[in-house]
Amino acid sequence: MKVVIEDVSKTFIDSKKKEVKALENINFTISDEEFIVLVGPSGCGKSTLLNIVGGLLSPTTGSVYFEGEGLEERTPTLGIVFQEIALFPWRTVYENVVYGLQERKLSKAEQKEKGQYYIDMVGLTGFENAYPKQLSGGMKQRAGIARALAIEPHLLLMDEPFSALDAQTRTIMQEELLTIWNRTKLSTLYVTHNIQEAVYLADRVIVLSRHPGKIKSIIDIDLPKNGRNNEEHREKFEQYADEIWQLIRHDAEEALKEG
Amino acid sequence: MAQQQKRMITNRVAFLEQKVPAYASVLGIVGLLAVWEIIARMGWVSPLFLPAPTTIVTDGWAMLVNGEIIDNLFASLYRIVLGYVLGASFGIIIGLLLGFSRWADAIGTPVVYSIYPIPKIALLPLFILWLGIGELSKVTIIALGVFFPVVINTYSGVKNVDEMLIKAAVTFGSNHLNVIRKVILPGSLPMIFAGLKLAAGTSLLLLVAAEMIAAQQGIGSMVLHYGNLMITSKLMVGVLILSLLGLTFNRTLQWLEKKLLPWN
Repeated sequence: MKVVIEDVSKTFIDSKKKEVKALENINFTISDEEFIVLVGPSGCGKSTLLNIVGGLLSPTTGSVYFEGEGLEERTPTLGIVFQEIALFPWRTVYENVVYGLQERKLSKAEQKEKGQYYIDMVGLTGFENAYPKQLSGGMKQRAGIARALAIEPHLLLMDEPFSALDAQTRTIMQEELLTIWNRTKLSTLYVTHNIQEAVYLADRVIVLSRHPGKIKSIIDIDLPKNGRNNEEHREKFEQYADEIWQLIRHDAEEALKEG
Repeated sequence: MAQQQKRMITNRVAFLEQKVPAYASVLGIVGLLAVWEIIARMGWVSPLFLPAPTTIVTDGWAMLVNGEIIDNLFASLYRIVLGYVLGASFGIIIGLLLGFSRWADAIGTPVVYSIYPIPKIALLPLFILWLGIGELSKVTIIALGVFFPVVINTYSGVKNVDEMLIKAAVTFGSNHLNVIRKVILPGSLPMIFAGLKLAAGTSLLLLVAAEMIAAQQGIGSMVLHYGNLMITSKLMVGVLILSLLGLTFNRTLQWLEKKLLPWN
């Protein structure tokens, strides 16, 4: 099953009643088991695009759909990991993780089994009964990831999930995400402004430009999925990062001027 | 070579972490009572104006034994509990409704805000006219006084629920009813409790005022009665009971809040 983003554009009306084009003419496909990273300078509409794909915003034109076999009998599901994490503060880690399973009316036993499986997978074993407030930023986001994985979605969406974390935690979380991804192989759309992160995680990187947000380039990352930060791949890794940076640099500088 | 010297760096904000012994918290109250007792015993102030604390306690004990306190307290408790529960329930339900539904918000909120500033006790004569001098008018006035702070807090609680959480719930498959039940209600509970605590003070005020204006029984009428008779010590017993009542009320709400909001 693949996800098709077709001719998507989005126009906002700003506070001065002026039309602002956030996205224009966006076309790409997320294949089965593909990890796509959207990268771009601030204000390029990457989060807007992710929200449209996630069904939290309607596009002005165009459409987003699943395509594949057997779609009549089942509705494909989406799991979203939010930048703001968005754990329910009144639910414990376990209750948060099984939220989607409860809403899907799974039996208590199934909830318990899947919930525990994904809690173990993200490394939160022993914190099942903690409230989000009691967790560190990295652990909160692990719970957020477990919640999205638990429903075993057909498409996993991640909106700058590690941007609120410190650099060290972030590096660890990226490695862990890759480990988890290798076990689940979920089709993933990942949004970030961090180029290293994009090259480290992606099968394909989609570079967006700003004003309006358009696809500037789609880059296949031709590196093995694991061990990209090893010495042997260092040179190629840096080449990709530099290529992307050259594409973004001008836009990023413009974004900085506008504040 | 010059002689080596040492200058210690000490914590200059140690005063911020000063420890206070546990008995300090009762020091003020005990001290006040002691001074009060001495002033009264020395006869510096007439007992008509300021009876000694010991006299108040002795009188209070006598009133407790002869059942006077119990009767009045139960009359008051009945009114305040019934009024509070009614007002709070309606307040929460209406508040949730106004917060959820754009239509209810547009129609109902101006009504709420236009009645809100009226000092509720001013409506007592009207309620007595409508509902008679019995319990109903007093319960209604308390319920009304409780209703407003609760409804307004609930409303803003609903409005302040993080939109991300609603989006998250919908993403993970919640329908509208479950969004309300599992996200908006727990999300606004802290604000609802702020309203409930605010309303506790209001309800006590209205109880006493209403009982002073129109009641044969109740702590408020008891206080007024002894004031008219100039039996100050028994008047003070009434005041003491009201203070204890308020304290118990607050503690109960705090306990309930802890129970219902373990995540906070």
